[in-house]
Amino acid sequence: MIERYDSVAYLAKLATEENKKISDLVLEEQAVAMETTVEDIYNQMLENYKVMKDSARDGLNDTLRSNSGITGGDATKFYSYLQNGTSSLGDVMSQAILTAISVSEYNAAMGKIVASPTGGSCGILPAVLVSLQRKYNIPDKDIVNSMFTAAAIGMVIANLASLSGAEGGCQAECGSAAAMSAGAMVELRGGTPKMVANAVAIALKNILGLVCDPVAGLVEVPCIKRNASGAANAIISAEIALSGIESVIPVDEVIEAMKRVGDMMHPFLKETAKGGLAATPTAIKLANKIFGSNTTGCTGCGRCVK
Amino acid sequence: MNVFHIIGPVMIGPSSSHTGGTVRIGRMARALIDGNPVKATLLLHGSFAETYKGHGTDKALVAGMMGMKPDDVGIRTALDKAKEIGFEVEIITGEIPGAHPNTVAITLTDDLGKTIKIQGSSIGGGNIIITKINSLNVKITGQHASVIVVHNDISGTISAVTAVTARHNINIANLIVEREKRGGEALMIFEVDGKLSENLKDEINAIDNVINTILIDPV
Repeated sequence: MIERYDSVAYLAKLATEENKKISDLVLEEQAVAMETTVEDIYNQMLENYKVMKDSARDGLNDTLRSNSGITGGDATKFYSYLQNGTSSLGDVMSQAILTAISVSEYNAAMGKIVASPTGGSCGILPAVLVSLQRKYNIPDKDIVNSMFTAAAIGMVIANLASLSGAEGGCQAECGSAAAMSAGAMVELRGGTPKMVANAVAIALKNILGLVCDPVAGLVEVPCIKRNASGAANAIISAEIALSGIESVIPVDEVIEAMKRVGDMMHPFLKETAKGGLAATPTAIKLANKIFGSNTTGCTGCGRCVK
Repeated sequence: MNVFHIIGPVMIGPSSSHTGGTVRIGRMARALIDGNPVKATLLLHGSFAETYKGHGTDKALVAGMMGMKPDDVGIRTALDKAKEIGFEVEIITGEIPGAHPNTVAITLTDDLGKTIKIQGSSIGGGNIIITKINSLNVKITGQHASVIVVHNDISGTISAVTAVTARHNINIANLIVEREKRGGEALMIFEVDGKLSENLKDEINAIDNVINTILIDPV
């Protein structure tokens, strides 16, 4: 039985010793922790997966616009591009990018989504799961089980670092989502628990240091495209790990490094919309247009009036 | 923390603080009135004041006051729905001194003529804290069922009320007591485990010096 969620290496080691998947152990332990049955929490997770699939479908709508009006309709653009047949991507990667944009645009347009782990990063896990399911005809049962592995990875990151952009920057949101998705993907593709741990380490290393700099403080720019890149990061990391390549820096040390990088990050770069892309002249103009006042994004640099 | 804190909740986007949590603050306001809402004034503070138009914070609050949950697709069109049912909503932005950046003060009137005031903050990940009800300082998270007892500040009232909760086998998670002044109007707030039964309200109301009891289910 899992005793703690403060080390991905520990989860992988336990699963290896018991010759089980990480998700098997998590299901067992969580049913006990929540004083219910494995079947009950499986069904709850299945409901979440259904919402994810619906959001992937309903986000693909060219009339969708966010409240601010600055985003929407890009998923259909990407869909048409894929239909043209000129994309150089394979099925999984192209579907993942499409799904990540769909779900994230749907979130920005007040659609119904599953925070995974957050609203801002809600497109990444569905992107990876839906694209793999489509390509390999994976039954819902396996997909839903892999979500317990993803969630366990998220719990470890929450305990050792953070899942919030306000505390850790984008690396904590889209990075954590990518790490969770990479772990789920390795398990779905038959990788070992140790490969899961390596995929998590690699995904986080790839995004270490990324700031959270939402234009006008809204979960739209650059969040939607960062969900697409987060999905790609998850797939790349899973594939590297599945090949047997190992992360030189062990997974838990990577998570701790992410925590320290987040602590060092300037507050202007942690969701406050005062730095990075949010402080560009265009972003400030957009913020003024949306809110009708100069309250968000402005650092008083004066560049916007030149 | 469990797996559903990581993969979940199911919510209407875009933000767990600006839509997820605010629907719950609206629901809390709704729980404190007796009839249907007819008029609300929303004073938005801090980040709520700055970004509510982009996040749909106003829609989420109004949706909650109409009884919707954080995963209700009707949140998107909540302002239209309010108009349709004759629920008048006024939005103002301003400063609430010392408040959390995501804070709203709601004045809500129902069709029976009752008006309540409530102040709440959305503190991240869909979590909320109600910090004020009318003029009294409170601390309610909405994660547990809550019992609010308005009473006269007379000694022995608290023990009489806890005797009733003990008889109902209610385990108390939090208990806060507040009063305006010695001998004045006072407040007890219990956050409790498990569900509340309606006759609990009648039994507490029957106690001397209790003015009113409000039961609130988790939001």
